[in-house]
Amino acid sequence: MSEYLVEFNNISKFFGKVIALKDVTMKIKRGEIMCLLGDNGAGKSTLIKTLSGVHRPDEGEIIVEGNKTVFDSPKDALDIGIATVYQDLALVSLMSVTRNFFMGREPQKGIPFLKTFDIEKANEIAANRMGQIGIDVRDPSQAVGTMSGGERQCLAISRAIYFGAKVLILDEPTSALGVHQASVVLKYIVKAASQGLGVILITHNVHHAYPVGNSFTVLNRGKSLGTYSKKDLSREKLLSMMAGGEELDKLEVELKEIDRISKS
Amino acid sequence: MSEKSKSIDSKKEFPQDERLQKVSKLKVLLNRPELGALGGSILVFIFFGIVAGDTGMFSAYGTLNFLDVSANLGIIAIAAAMLMIGGEFDLSIGSMIGFAGICIAIPAIYWGWPLWMSIVFAFAMAVLVGYFNGILVVKTGLPSFIVTLAMLFILRGATLAITRLITGRTQVPGLRVLIEDDPIAWLFATDTFKWLFTWLGSMKLIELRTDGTPLATGIPPSVIWFVLLTIVATWILMKTRYGNWIFASGGDKVGATNVGVPVGRVKISLFIGTACAATLFACIQVLDAGSADTMRGTLKELEAIAAAVVGGCLLTGGYGSAIGAAFGALIFGTVSMGIFYTDVDTDWFKVFLGAMMLIAVVFNNYIRRRVTESK
Repeated sequence: MSEYLVEFNNISKFFGKVIALKDVTMKIKRGEIMCLLGDNGAGKSTLIKTLSGVHRPDEGEIIVEGNKTVFDSPKDALDIGIATVYQDLALVSLMSVTRNFFMGREPQKGIPFLKTFDIEKANEIAANRMGQIGIDVRDPSQAVGTMSGGERQCLAISRAIYFGAKVLILDEPTSALGVHQASVVLKYIVKAASQGLGVILITHNVHHAYPVGNSFTVLNRGKSLGTYSKKDLSREKLLSMMAGGEELDKLEVELKEIDRISKS
Repeated sequence: MSEKSKSIDSKKEFPQDERLQKVSKLKVLLNRPELGALGGSILVFIFFGIVAGDTGMFSAYGTLNFLDVSANLGIIAIAAAMLMIGGEFDLSIGSMIGFAGICIAIPAIYWGWPLWMSIVFAFAMAVLVGYFNGILVVKTGLPSFIVTLAMLFILRGATLAITRLITGRTQVPGLRVLIEDDPIAWLFATDTFKWLFTWLGSMKLIELRTDGTPLATGIPPSVIWFVLLTIVATWILMKTRYGNWIFASGGDKVGATNVGVPVGRVKISLFIGTACAATLFACIQVLDAGSADTMRGTLKELEAIAAAVVGGCLLTGGYGSAIGAAFGALIFGTVSMGIFYTDVDTDWFKVFLGAMMLIAVVFNNYIRRRVTESK
């Protein structure tokens, strides 16, 4: 068996003349959290969509557990165990926790043609699963709209894991959350990884990424600035790479210049 | 994982949360979408009980009368409610009623088809119309409001043009004689529980005609269909996978698609549902009247939507109930008939209809906020 759960080798994606991604390589091991960082417009969204089967890469290959694979649709990626939790979470806030948890994959019981949605079983599984991550679903028939942002995020992740995800792609799971909520979600992500999942955590928040990540890939203008393991990379270095250190240096020079002019 | 789930299993099924207050049955009920319509129905009955209690409105005959009107509206309101929960509108219901009417009448009268074949033909046309509405909405992504508004004009116009072309008139009478020996027409044209009414009449418990037969002869077919549809629709919505897909499709189309709900198929099937409900409505009315009229069903689509809204359906989709729509229809039916028993001028009915809808929308908005923001 391959050392890596999934490898994305030299992935490129073009939209007409625009080079959205060029030679991006990422490898994820079991139990590893790989953080994908990048500023707005760095190509994160395009990369996620390519990894999750929405786009087909124009160049490069995807290798899942040692086998070269081509995704024709998001469903292909999902079937092989690569699950993506998008920012919108694919939750319906007017529907109950249970109905959301099993949306599209409802357990059924009864005789053919008169099968019913097994709500009791579904309630039990949903409450158990949420309980495992320390979220007491007070009532699994309560609407998702009543849950906090962090709880919703955890519900979406928990659902992906329950339905057999091996690799989780998380798109900005903490961006809309407060400090406490974010830490709940991050804790859960670490827990998921410790159970043998590979996690790709997409974020632009270094403070969220650094404590939980095992390795870091920084994306800038469609190209990878490389993948670094945690021991080779300090938080400060990551920060400066992420913000485009040179650009900030330039900014500092320019600010001094403005300062000087206004004083004279 | 297995150990973990065991440790959870060994605890109580749902871990108790200290923040959880005892939720009373009443509070659960307060969060149900049909609450408004249920309360409204009770109010309406109390009102007419006081105002028209001694006028015969609530005699067996009077009751069946307003139930019949409610049931006819209810048949299309339930289908409209399911479609609204699925996130779409169908404004062509009323025109479909007219169209289905002539689909039954013209083949039966002018082409010599047996009545049952005409009825099957009408339902086949309904499936086609519904499918066309659905596929157009799903494939183009246009608002269903516009697509079905176009269909409203197309169907009504075609109904009028075809009928005049073939018959030279706008009405097709003469169906009553065909009902007698038809193998399926009784499904839409027979009063049931006649024995009960005969017995009640013989016991002098209900009003009798001068010849001694009861004034109310049996439960009209519309009421039976209405009750059946309410049960089936509620079962589908609450207890089946397809029901969950309807809520999901209306609640968040993109999200539902992302987790594997066949949103397009769900919506198309719901459009077929409204067209078939309109055809059922047409069947019952055409066989009852013995004739088809090209203008039958005019504005019925709006009444159906109004009943669904009063019944708790959100215009934005993803929320509502079939029972609510049934009560919504009951309110409209009761008031439209009950108003004859009062001194109020019947011209005021539409004022009431509009006011009722406004109150319902405001109330439902409040309920939705309760449901989604109860934190």
